[in-house]
Amino acid sequence: MSGNPAMSAPVIETLFQRFLAEMLEDRIAVGALLVFAALVAVAVMAPFITPQNPYDLAQVDILDARLPPGTKASEGFTLVLGSDGTGRDLYSAILYGLRISLSVGALSGVIAMVVGASIGLVAAYVGGWVEATIMRIVDLQLSLPAVLVALILVAVLGKGVDKIILALVIVQWAYYARTVRASALVERRKEYVDAAVCLDLSQSRILFRHILPNCLAPLIVVGTVQTAHAIALEATLSFLGVGLPQTEPSLGVLIANGFQYMLSGRYWISFFPGIALLLTIVSINLVGDRLRDVLNPRLKR
Amino acid sequence: MTAFILRRLLQSLIVLLAMIVIVFFGVHVVGDPIWLLVSPDLTQDQIAEVARQLGLDRPIWEQFAVFLGNALHGDLGISFVHGQPAMKLILERMPATMELALFALVLALVIGLPLGLYAGLRPERASSRAIMAASILGFSLPTFWVGLMLIMVFAVILGWLPSTGRGPTIAVLGIETSLLSLKGLSHALLPAINLALLKVSLVIRLTRAGVREVLPLDFIKFARAKGLSETRIVLVHLLRNILIPVVTVIGLEFGSLVAFSVVTESIFAWPGMGKLLLDSIQRVDRPVIVAYVMLIVVLFVVINLIVDLLYCLLDPRVRLQDQAS
Repeated sequence: MSGNPAMSAPVIETLFQRFLAEMLEDRIAVGALLVFAALVAVAVMAPFITPQNPYDLAQVDILDARLPPGTKASEGFTLVLGSDGTGRDLYSAILYGLRISLSVGALSGVIAMVVGASIGLVAAYVGGWVEATIMRIVDLQLSLPAVLVALILVAVLGKGVDKIILALVIVQWAYYARTVRASALVERRKEYVDAAVCLDLSQSRILFRHILPNCLAPLIVVGTVQTAHAIALEATLSFLGVGLPQTEPSLGVLIANGFQYMLSGRYWISFFPGIALLLTIVSINLVGDRLRDVLNPRLKR
Repeated sequence: MTAFILRRLLQSLIVLLAMIVIVFFGVHVVGDPIWLLVSPDLTQDQIAEVARQLGLDRPIWEQFAVFLGNALHGDLGISFVHGQPAMKLILERMPATMELALFALVLALVIGLPLGLYAGLRPERASSRAIMAASILGFSLPTFWVGLMLIMVFAVILGWLPSTGRGPTIAVLGIETSLLSLKGLSHALLPAINLALLKVSLVIRLTRAGVREVLPLDFIKFARAKGLSETRIVLVHLLRNILIPVVTVIGLEFGSLVAFSVVTESIFAWPGMGKLLLDSIQRVDRPVIVAYVMLIVVLFVVINLIVDLLYCLLDPRVRLQDQAS
């Protein structure tokens, strides 16, 4: 596709091709993308590539508890990363935990994006006191640290996966709303919006089919970074014991469980889930960083 | 300006009230605290008696009215768990948190400024790029996991510093004076480093950006033309001009340090108000949660008011740059 760029006709596809080419220029970003893709892949395939289902009590032997990495389990397979306090194979537990962490992060990110983007669009389009009120709430929320807001929300909402997702959405929607409003304010003054208005298209059609697609670039960047934030935040809450319950062991829960063994030198129970968490967050952030450079027209040469 | 401040104060008051309402009723929905407070083998009469003492037998609306009335007199209620005034509990633990936050702030400047200066003055060197890459990592690393790793390396493997652990070690800490004694400092060092981590990255980036901005200016060229030594140019002329924005921004980050201390305090068993909040959330100790939220909202309202006033006073470019980032 990039074999002869001078010859390629100016069709719509070239935009995406240029995006792809620029994305691939940065080796670090490509590496990060590969790491992230690999993490998603192993998380999805977890049941097929792990020696045991760590949450099927019949498969877990308590006699295997707290074994260091490399020991043989009583079932015969090798505990590559050791085992945790209840005798679960840590490698299996991490992959299952990664599933939960990723899905909670992605789900809360998507819901927050839909909610936040819609509110931001409406604010920019309607204007007046509606916009003023919405933006006041956004400013207010962004002025308070996310960890604290999330903690208090959890105190108010209670425990459970749905509650955590709700708390993450409430913490995050404001970022999307502010981003979309900023770009929508610029877009709505452009001629194509006037043209759409003259064609007597419905307001929702103008908003969602005309203005929104042109606000997507910054939205994608914010979405990437915010998803990484959501995963980190969920892990933090779970670590503090107010996040996901033990029945939904995300990486944060695994790290929290290993904490008590760390002081006696059994580092692996917290260390390896932490590495998985770290790889996830850093790889998403690096991809987001590159996306910001590629999608920002102000930085284009 | 006065009108601006008055309007902001009024808005802040509304925010405060809204937060109190949300937290007060929200915590009530999560669970009736009475069942978490009494032991299950008490008789119905005894439970009712405890509820009456705590005012929990009345309808939630009435409880809220009583709370608001008392709050106006400076009484934020008595902790269900500790049996002491909620505000007293928080204020008792406040010095520990503030001490940690201040220590972290100083560390962030002491570590971040030299690294940022170096990266700004020699941007082309590999070591500068490494510093900048590390600062990105500093933003991405989950604070709590870094705290665990600090404990693992410095307390468990090397045994250099106390992990402040759990249980009896807490009593060893001289909270009020812990920054003045060597033993106290050794206890505070790991949590402070942990808390400072995010801010170190911020200081590095701010300082580097400042250096890149100030270096090409005329007064630096003039100082060079005067034949001043490079050290003097950097340490006096350059540093003085970068320090103002860096110190301002870092000062304003103080609030987020206090908020983040919830995580750090729980890892290092640091007996501050963040740990108190976490314990209170787990035990549904409503008066303490509400009092903490009120205190934090007031803290942030004050900090944000200072930000806004400073933005009005400083040149308008600060605002534009802030929005562009």
